[in-house]
Amino acid sequence: MRVLAALFAGALFGIGLVVSRMSDPNVVTGFLDVAGDFDSSLLFVMLGAVGTTVVLFRLVLKRERPVLDADFHLPTAKAIDAPLLLGAGLFGIGWGLSGYCPGPVLVGAAAGVQTALWFVPAMLAGGVLQRVLTPRP
Amino acid sequence: MQPWLSALLGGVLIGVSATLLLWLNGRIAGISGIVHALTRRSPVGDWAWRLAFVVGLMVAGGIAMHVVGQSALSPASGVALIAAGLLVGYGTALGGGCTSGHGVCGLGRLSKRSLVGTLVFIATAMATVFVVRHVIGGGA
Repeated sequence: MRVLAALFAGALFGIGLVVSRMSDPNVVTGFLDVAGDFDSSLLFVMLGAVGTTVVLFRLVLKRERPVLDADFHLPTAKAIDAPLLLGAGLFGIGWGLSGYCPGPVLVGAAAGVQTALWFVPAMLAGGVLQRVLTPRP
Repeated sequence: MQPWLSALLGGVLIGVSATLLLWLNGRIAGISGIVHALTRRSPVGDWAWRLAFVVGLMVAGGIAMHVVGQSALSPASGVALIAAGLLVGYGTALGGGCTSGHGVCGLGRLSKRSLVGTLVFIATAMATVFVVRHVIGGGA
């Protein structure tokens, strides 16, 4: 059941990315280009998405537990530390260079788009590299 | 449909998807976290839902893209594209999230850490586009 739920949620997410046009890197870089031909679309995507989660997450998290599991699995990190700032900063540079972030690029790769197919292996390698370079506690 | 209206509607779909995953499975729909975990050894049950989420996203998103005839070609190419991929992979693994994890879900939980992360990656992304288009590219 959990697998089916995830499959359905993933499908909805993918359709949302395409409907919102966030899966088009040119719409993304258009939003990021504040000094040029600014495209406000992404603002509305965030408004729709965050507006929804702010309201509905509150209701969901009032429950004792999720429907299909014993506990909620929420992030425990709260610190605003160097890894957060450095990681988010580097991610933003890559996002700005390409117009791709992890969700949209997977949709592009599934549609067979050449630049997305080059990007995805590099993205996976970047994640593995970070893990390898981080000393284990 | 007006571009802002489809953007808003698509955003709501993303928000509903994240809510469903939290309500049903108790999980955060952070794509970078889900994808990075797939390259790591983990219990089969944890692995299966993540793979299912990614498969759903790719199949439905890929089909939708063909249906509406949308382009997903990046303006970057060659070395810049590979460098961007490495930066996105490394940065999201180090910073613990991307547009969906910190942006959509973190802000939904009113997390200060995610708010800071989101502001930082939007700022460096805007700075990068400024340099690429207006300093190096001459407005291209």
